[in-house]
Amino acid sequence: MTEALEPTQSNLSPVPTESWISQFGDSGFRGISFLAALLTASIPFWMCVLIFKDARPAIAKFGLAFLWTQEWNIDQNLFGALPYIYGTLVSSAIALLLALPIGVAVAIITSEKVLPEGLQTPIAFLVELIAAIPSVIVGLWGRFILIPALEPFQQFLYSHFKWLPIFNTQPFGPSMLMAGVVLAIMIVPTIAAISREVFMAISQDLRNGAFALGATQWESIVFITLPAAISGIFGAASLALGRALGETMAVTMVIGNVNEISTSLLNPGNSIPALLANQFGEASDPLHVGALMYLALLLFLVTLAVNAIAAVLVRTLTRNA
Amino acid sequence: MSDLYAPLPPSKKLFNFALSVTTFSLSALALIPLLAMLWAILSKGIPHLTWDVFTQLPAPAGMKDVPSGFANAIIGTVVMVAIAAGLSLPLGILTAIYLTEFGKNSTFASGVRMLVTILSAAPSIVVGVFAYAIIVLPLKGFSALAGGFALSVIMLPIVTLATEESLKLVPNAQRLASAALGAGYARTTLRIVLARAFPGILTSSLLAIARAAGETAPLIFTALFSQNWLEGLLGPSASLSVLIFNYANSPFVDQNNLAWAAAVMLVGIVVFTNLLARWVTRNRRTTH
Repeated sequence: MTEALEPTQSNLSPVPTESWISQFGDSGFRGISFLAALLTASIPFWMCVLIFKDARPAIAKFGLAFLWTQEWNIDQNLFGALPYIYGTLVSSAIALLLALPIGVAVAIITSEKVLPEGLQTPIAFLVELIAAIPSVIVGLWGRFILIPALEPFQQFLYSHFKWLPIFNTQPFGPSMLMAGVVLAIMIVPTIAAISREVFMAISQDLRNGAFALGATQWESIVFITLPAAISGIFGAASLALGRALGETMAVTMVIGNVNEISTSLLNPGNSIPALLANQFGEASDPLHVGALMYLALLLFLVTLAVNAIAAVLVRTLTRNA
Repeated sequence: MSDLYAPLPPSKKLFNFALSVTTFSLSALALIPLLAMLWAILSKGIPHLTWDVFTQLPAPAGMKDVPSGFANAIIGTVVMVAIAAGLSLPLGILTAIYLTEFGKNSTFASGVRMLVTILSAAPSIVVGVFAYAIIVLPLKGFSALAGGFALSVIMLPIVTLATEESLKLVPNAQRLASAALGAGYARTTLRIVLARAFPGILTSSLLAIARAAGETAPLIFTALFSQNWLEGLLGPSASLSVLIFNYANSPFVDQNNLAWAAAVMLVGIVVFTNLLARWVTRNRRTTH
């Protein structure tokens, strides 16, 4: 019945008694909204083309070697992106490693029946509130509160685990590890919210089946819900990864902005967005601007790819459920 | 009765206990940063929120006993968010209208939806780079206009996708009833569909505005920063978020304190707008 009522061009068109003005108004309105949609849809293309155009001097000069060259010297016009690519990937990986268990834990207690419902919604709300805090304020807090508070922890890692290459330098505050921790705080809401949605989309019959066979609440969560939700959790993780890769302000304020590659996570580093934030304002040489544009283009394409993977993973799961 | 009851074997009890403890402590770990952040912002910011803060320009670095504030940054943020809203709200709402009322499930509409989603996933710093390429480079200067444009690109996908959701919630019967009374597409959409979806659209607009007000990365090399009052839309402009970034990195304690005060202000704006947005739709739910 509803199928038949679906408005189509024919059953919504004005009745013949209406004046030609209204007819024009309709097609004009349609045309304007079509143009708006076209303009909106063209922005991503526009973005790629313009950034590519301004990146061309650098692409022509450095080519793909840009990706594995380590030097970044503004005075000599030598640009290589490796330290920034490395820093972006490492800080995001630390963030994902820390945030994934926490986010999934939040999703479990806010969707499964381990807590009364009256507590679940406020907890989910509070966790999602973190995502509403502007990232520059997270950075401000990271710089003045979190880094001093975690100073003993960094010292502890250095003094007890310096035989590990990832902790073998003396920490002095800003570091790759701190950037990872701050990023983790910022992506927990993403992982929690999406995993929660995925858990809620999983059929209750599956859980009831487990209970009928004598499973406890936790057994049903671990052996039924989590395996069923695994691709959705991967999707949430890649969405969070996309956010982490592009996150700028908070990272800039705690990573230390040093262009070195070090195995030690206690050493300061740098990331692509942090470099863009720090250098774009002062860049004037076309090659320097070009190198920064090249990095922006890379960042855009990588985030796009990661988000596309996330979309596919989440969609297949919520559709099947 | 007691024959039917078998206690869980110890291994299962241990399993349940261990998982409960792990999950709840991990979840507590998620909430600690939020509480610590709010506490730090309030306790470090509020003592520095004086009347001067809202009325004065920032004092030059290191100068003592001079009235200091960020009135220019408040104006800058308001002006740039207004530019962004002026550009993105009409465009986003019209795009959403096209998607729900005309395009529906056509290939073109699905393509538009996908591209808008792509835009929403673009890192905000890349949006800043885009505004730099399109406005700052051709006009050879940092400007409030470029900052406002960058923020509008941030807002556009949020407005479009959320407006589409609220338009989809309007019952189709209302569109058909309007058509049956002789109204065309334009009148049905403007008088019936938009009126019905208005609270939802308002909510999504407010959420987008809250997001834009807190953004820093798109402004940092488009609007740059300024110690002075806003001089037209083609001059650089201060903003609360860039002020926090610049003054947090400053070696002067006075400027650090001003950054905390600005953080209170900015969080206040963002939280207020978010609550307002929720209130708008809550009001609607109770009336229906």
